[in-house]
Amino acid sequence: MSQANDHHDEPHLIPYKTYILVWLGLCSLTLLTVAVSYANMRHMTIPVALMVASLKCTIVVLWFMHIKFENRVLWWFLIAAVGTYVIFVILTFADYSYR
Amino acid sequence: MSDSASITTGAEKPAAHDDHHGHYGVPGYDPAAWKMGMWLFLFTELLLFGAMFIVFAVYLHKYIWQFAAGSVQLDIPIGTFNTLVLLTSSMTMALAIAVLQRGKKELAIKLLDFTLGCAALFCVVKSFEWGGKFEHGIYPGSLHLAAMTLGEQIFFGLYFTMTGLHALHVIVGAGLILWCRARIKSGAVHAERITFMDNIGLYWHLVDLVWIFLFPLFYLVG
Repeated sequence: MSQANDHHDEPHLIPYKTYILVWLGLCSLTLLTVAVSYANMRHMTIPVALMVASLKCTIVVLWFMHIKFENRVLWWFLIAAVGTYVIFVILTFADYSYR
Repeated sequence: MSDSASITTGAEKPAAHDDHHGHYGVPGYDPAAWKMGMWLFLFTELLLFGAMFIVFAVYLHKYIWQFAAGSVQLDIPIGTFNTLVLLTSSMTMALAIAVLQRGKKELAIKLLDFTLGCAALFCVVKSFEWGGKFEHGIYPGSLHLAAMTLGEQIFFGLYFTMTGLHALHVIVGAGLILWCRARIKSGAVHAERITFMDNIGLYWHLVDLVWIFLFPLFYLVG
């Protein structure tokens, strides 16, 4: 467990600059999605918006929520929870698409 | 590691299983377990909002043009502004924790105050937004809404439900931050006992995460 312990200690070392860079990245991505929506590429807006939102979500979880530096157990928890949700989504659409 | 080593010197050896007893060897303080509990709670939030996003996705698929017609009635600049406000508050929350980890109590409190300011600003903007919709006769059960297409009715129903539940989370989050602020002030939360604040930070980031998906889906599908 000592390795997990080391992981645990890393958040103490996250420099302020990292958070500011993460914030700048998130803001730029937001403006990018808005720009794409104004560009009037109707069929592209939703896929691009969802991809950018997923990317922003990943960034927030990894850095702001420290998952990048967290105990591996939490990684598996997160994978199980998100995996469960993805199964719900797939099953719903599998059902809905064949009605 | 140095803190934990210095506190546990009373024991013969900081054994490998030490981390079951908490990071700093203080009885009753177990950061790993606390954080795990918080994450488990966040997963229930994922399912709460997730279910609503599935409903949204199915109806978006079914009524794509009517959702677009509903979406163009929302104000993109205002939504963008609110997104930036929440992202900024997420950063100041993370910074407040980083600052307190380095022992700077006063600065941490100032950053929390800024975060609270962002939360308030978000709610004020949101209330003006809702107010504008109400003035145009768009609110649950209104005659104006009833005259719209079914797709638009569902769109606005989901809009009020989902942004409303999200706004409730913002308000609860602000309350938690206030509580955390008081506990920092009283000295109950400090650099060596910071998990309480970490967990409130996690909640606040979750609020931000939900909005990251709400914003493009409601405002940008037009």
